[in-house]
Amino acid sequence: MDTHGHGHDAGHGHGEPTSFWRKYVFSVDHKVIGIQYLITSFLFLLVGFGMMMLMRYQLAWPSPPDDFDPEKMSLVRSTIAKIFGDKMEYGFMRPDFYNQLGAMHGTIMIFLGVVPLGVAAFGNYVLPLQIGAPDMAFPRLNMMSYWVYLVGGIVMMSSYFAPDGFPQSGWTSYAPLSIVAPPGQTVWCIAMVIIITSSLLGSINFIVTTLNMRAKGMTLGRMPVFVWAQLVTAVLLLLAFPVLEAGALLQLLDRVAGTSFYIPKDMMYGSTVFPAAGGGNPILWQHLFWFLAHPEVYVLLLPAMGIVAEIIATNTRKPLFGYREIVGSMVLIGILSFVVWAHHMFLSGMRTSLANLFVTTTLTISVPSVAVLTCLLLSLRGGAIRFNTPMLFALAFLPMFGIGGLTGLPLGFAPTDLHLHDTYYVIGHFHYVVAPGSLAALMGATYYWYPKMFGRKMNETLGKIHFWMTIVPMNFIFFPMLFQGMWGMDRRLADPTLQWHNLPVQGWSVIMLFAACVLLLGQIPFLWNFFWSLRHGEIAGENPWNATTLEWACPSPPPHGNFVTPPEVHRGPYEYSVPGHKTDYWPQDEAA
Amino acid sequence: MIKEDWGFQTGLPEAASSYAPNIDWLMNVLHVVMIGIFVVWGVYFIYCLVAYRARDGHTGTYHQTGEKASFIPDGLILAFEMWLILAFGIPIWASVKQSTPPPSESNNIHVIAQQFAWNIHYPGPDGKFGRRDVKLVSASNSIGLDESDPASKDDIVTINQMSVPLGKPTILQMTSKDVIHDFWVSNFRNKQDVVPGLNTNLWFEPTKTGKFEIACAQLCGLGHTQMVGNVFVKTPEEFDEWQKSQVAEKAGTASAAGAVAPSENRS
Amino acid sequence: MSTQVAETSTGISHAKLGIWTFLASEIMLFGGLVSAYVILRSGSAHMAIPPREMMGVPLATFNTFALITSSVTMVLALAAIKVNDMKRFARFIGMTIGGGILFLCIKSYEYNHKWHEGITLSSNLFGSFYYTLTGLHVIHVIGGILLLLYILVTGLNGAYDAHNHERVEAAGLYWHFVDLVWVILFPILYLL
Ligand code: HEM
Ligand SMILES: [Cu+2]
Ligand SMILES: [Cu+2]
Repeated sequence: MDTHGHGHDAGHGHGEPTSFWRKYVFSVDHKVIGIQYLITSFLFLLVGFGMMMLMRYQLAWPSPPDDFDPEKMSLVRSTIAKIFGDKMEYGFMRPDFYNQLGAMHGTIMIFLGVVPLGVAAFGNYVLPLQIGAPDMAFPRLNMMSYWVYLVGGIVMMSSYFAPDGFPQSGWTSYAPLSIVAPPGQTVWCIAMVIIITSSLLGSINFIVTTLNMRAKGMTLGRMPVFVWAQLVTAVLLLLAFPVLEAGALLQLLDRVAGTSFYIPKDMMYGSTVFPAAGGGNPILWQHLFWFLAHPEVYVLLLPAMGIVAEIIATNTRKPLFGYREIVGSMVLIGILSFVVWAHHMFLSGMRTSLANLFVTTTLTISVPSVAVLTCLLLSLRGGAIRFNTPMLFALAFLPMFGIGGLTGLPLGFAPTDLHLHDTYYVIGHFHYVVAPGSLAALMGATYYWYPKMFGRKMNETLGKIHFWMTIVPMNFIFFPMLFQGMWGMDRRLADPTLQWHNLPVQGWSVIMLFAACVLLLGQIPFLWNFFWSLRHGEIAGENPWNATTLEWACPSPPPHGNFVTPPEVHRGPYEYSVPGHKTDYWPQDEAA
Repeated sequence: MIKEDWGFQTGLPEAASSYAPNIDWLMNVLHVVMIGIFVVWGVYFIYCLVAYRARDGHTGTYHQTGEKASFIPDGLILAFEMWLILAFGIPIWASVKQSTPPPSESNNIHVIAQQFAWNIHYPGPDGKFGRRDVKLVSASNSIGLDESDPASKDDIVTINQMSVPLGKPTILQMTSKDVIHDFWVSNFRNKQDVVPGLNTNLWFEPTKTGKFEIACAQLCGLGHTQMVGNVFVKTPEEFDEWQKSQVAEKAGTASAAGAVAPSENRS
Repeated sequence: MSTQVAETSTGISHAKLGIWTFLASEIMLFGGLVSAYVILRSGSAHMAIPPREMMGVPLATFNTFALITSSVTMVLALAAIKVNDMKRFARFIGMTIGGGILFLCIKSYEYNHKWHEGITLSSNLFGSFYYTLTGLHVIHVIGGILLLLYILVTGLNGAYDAHNHERVEAAGLYWHFVDLVWVILFPILYLL
């Protein structure tokens, strides 16, 4: 609402702030804000990961064996039992605590982890550099969106202290369960409104910056794929998030103001009729939610695709295959993602004839996704592939996203979704896309742009250990989920063994726990590497990867205002191995 | 560490409804295609990684050709998917979800879900369901059945245990008292959300006698995991037998306690 | 600020592009709520619509008129600053603010009246939607008034002139949007 007051500092570039607070904390510099987002979202990812570890431990051994002896608990179990006190019983989770962790794991990972990392952290840091801008269009708005995000995250976490703890209705918060749920859910609604506000501020900034602040010669057709991905993502956030904001507002009112948008007539609560006028419709929430949340899954994906395109182009030393097809497909994905939301609702009780429509749109959207993947794959042909750590992560993205996308097919077909809906198959599907897919790409991006951010490279050996200890265990966690789901094991079960039809796939859960432990260990070299390299990494210089895009045309780290002289762009983003050129890369800003 | 009844299954569970084979067929076709695509991609991927690895004297090639050709696989995939939708997706969906066998030739059941139990309401021999009223809901009458309605006299209400006859479709008309639940029997390959304030339907025709587990597939609160039940598919004779004994039992205890509250009956 | 116009890649100023993107998201916000209303209005058996007399249509019509007038004065204010006429500019901005305040006064009278008639936030679905939709709109009107006050104060301090009025234009766009929302809410809540 207030766009005033930001305009004048857009064209700055003079006067670097000197006080510590202005420089590192309340900074308006897109690079500092990007790093703030980077660190904060990694912290949230760690928190979400910790919750996941607890859940996997619970799922491996959900209930005490017959000969269980509380006196002889394993060290792990007795430690957990001590930490969580009455939320557990001898270290076995009470179901409400499991539901709390489940809801928070999803919410944190998506809204506070991957999206801020992919969009806000790397978008903020890299996007202005790649288009040759001195900063974002509205630097103060940018700073505000970080602080609003942080407040939203803290509010979300603070729900732990509400009576009965964290929200426990899943990250999807389906009404009316979420309406009758304990107070933590109210905190969820409020936190979501705050987080959404932050996202909206960010996306306005990204759109205006990308459209308005391109360096001379940086036409739309010369923008790196990453910039295009961020642009499409920003539009998705801009248009989809307000609808969830509306939905969350209605949910909040249902909870605290006695309205009944989602409460049907004569709904019972325990043994009494719920005190509200009624007449609302629970399915309305699902429409509002998925209208956001399907575009949201592409918000998780598109920045990752952009990153992978950058890393692959740089490390194959050849132009990307089908730049225009990739960009076109991304735009198409963006548009189509607004018309597929009800594929999450085939069995919700909505009109069954609508399913055919949404099956068709869903399978249509898989085509541009396949197109991007195919182009990236064909980009390898004729390259001279360097296998450094960022490249390993980028390469792993291809088959992993492949599995994620392919498993979307039987979910997108309504008849097979009859069997797979709400089972672990869905969980396996989207984790393949988001974890060894998007998150791996984001880790690759960390290795790739770290030298630009801090002036030094991360250690390659540690990086490779991190890579293998991430991708291999992830497959041992997520592939068995497909088996469990195929057998009919539901998601969101605190103790699957209470249902006898799940026992034939319960063995997998034990394997998944061990894989999760390896994954946890595998992150130690990464954290160590990140901090160690700040001081001891190999000095990077301006362009350590011999890349062509503009972020490599300014010092590492770039000074306040980024470019010493405003760059001018002469060619497309991926001019590698151009015949007759003196080096195998031809930077965008190099005069002909 | 792994209990002896825990296993490592990888496929689909036993199919036990008339349409399950169609769904399984589509499921298998899709997975074969998916694996096929993945293997083709994977082989090409590994070939590229090996053949185009950086090494002394090898440089990248600057070519921008053949871009249009990449639309061919895209087009083929789109065409293939559309064919699958038209040939199988829409017809199977229509037969399972958009049409219901004639109620007069089916076994009709009302399911009233609640946190955390399935109330199962049979019309009894007269085939008519008694009236239900939310005002009559009590600990002993969990679905609010109006016993003054003559149609209610021979109605049977069970909790979590559903008996159905073999050789005849069963039609479930479902609603929920409180939050959203989801009726799901993996062997029938069908599930359906059960929504308060709304009636949803699910029908199935069992093809095997035996016991199949009902699970709730939609998170409904802390007892969600335990919201389980069983479908007993009986031969028609067994089913009639069972129905008679239930009606007789109800008549016998009509003056006494009546149905037991679900929370006490859950195990 | 004025020089920016030439500097941007699109030739459109940051402020203007920013406000347009912002309004796009606002359209989705109100769009989400209005479609929720339309869906339940046509789909729910329990949305009792109060009789039209109870809704006070004449007063609301007058209110609509007040808001539309304030949009007109906003246009005139912008036209005034474009020819450097500070006096007219200040007067029309003042009138626009006045129109907004008049709208709020009438709205609060209406709220009070309806609440006593038994149409409350929780009385039934219609009441819930009525207060949620108009309440959110009222918040936007208040935001707009604050924005215009800022424009007025900075304007009187000489921040704008014939070549430099991007912010006035942006504020105007926002004000027209707020007006437009009301023009949609009025018929669907009062007349349908
Ligand atoms: C490539 C084509 C894709 C198709 C055809 C597809 C299809 C589907 C379908 C039909 C569902 C609903 C399944 C159900 O609940 O029964 C689903 C769930 C989901 N998908 Fe995808 N998807 C695709 C790509 C993606 C991508 C790229 C992402 C994320 C980056 C993603 C993330 C998710 C998530 C998070 C859910 C589960 C949401 C929940 O219920 O909690 N999908 N997908
Ligand atoms: Cu989706
Ligand atoms: Cu449930």
